[in-house]
Amino acid sequence: MEQKTKIHAEDGKQDLTITREFDLPLELLFKAYEDPNIVEQWMGTKVLKLENKKHGSYQFETTDPKGNKHGFNGVIHEFVSNKKITRTFEMENPPASAYRFPVQLEFLEFEKRSDHTSQLTMHIVYRSVADRDQMLRLPFAQGINMAHNRIQNIVGNIK
Amino acid sequence: MMNLRRDVFQAIADPTRRTILLLVASQAMTAGAIAANFDTARPTVSKHLQILTECELLQQQQNGREIYYHLNALKMKEVADFLEPFRQLWDDRFNKLEAIMKNYKPEK
Repeated sequence: MEQKTKIHAEDGKQDLTITREFDLPLELLFKAYEDPNIVEQWMGTKVLKLENKKHGSYQFETTDPKGNKHGFNGVIHEFVSNKKITRTFEMENPPASAYRFPVQLEFLEFEKRSDHTSQLTMHIVYRSVADRDQMLRLPFAQGINMAHNRIQNIVGNIK
Repeated sequence: MMNLRRDVFQAIADPTRRTILLLVASQAMTAGAIAANFDTARPTVSKHLQILTECELLQQQQNGREIYYHLNALKMKEVADFLEPFRQLWDDRFNKLEAIMKNYKPEK
């Protein structure tokens, strides 16, 4: 089966591109990025602030299963309805032990493919190659952590 | 080759299978010893072991009457570009976005 979400990341580069085709008209795809209530639903995050305009900013907050709050924020450089969003993205509160991620730059382009389909291209530029690769590893590391926690629970029950 | 790669990532996408890999990473174990770490039924664990063996993340070794499973470090290295979990994270988010917007009713 063809994968709907594609990642293009070349070795030794400090950027990557995420592309995705949606079974949605362009306007509905863009609305999902524009409307704070909808952003909250699909990103699984609280939207504290979302100013959709040039020089505007946004602030999101997620709560992990342990109840820890994680903040994200950024500044919006370009906001053109149904066309593009250029913004920065920064994690506010990485866990003390983890790698600290510098701010990244995101170029989002929204395109009409047909009356019922659209495409999103997200070009992300990181400060360095190492920062990009560390960000790519995050979801894998989290998966392994979950497995670790499970082992700890099992060991804890034996004691 | 692409198919093989995808199989490996499917294998590690499952939390039980990741736990098995972590268990076996420290020492070779029999199927029984591995199953003892889970609440799930023995045949379920056997199925996971079969998948991990088929995609070569685990290797079997006969030791007397027992079969021991150990980690294939070489194959694990192949998984080390970590790209697939990142892709899956975004794929999940976008699938959710798509599902929400398909049911979206504009307010008038």
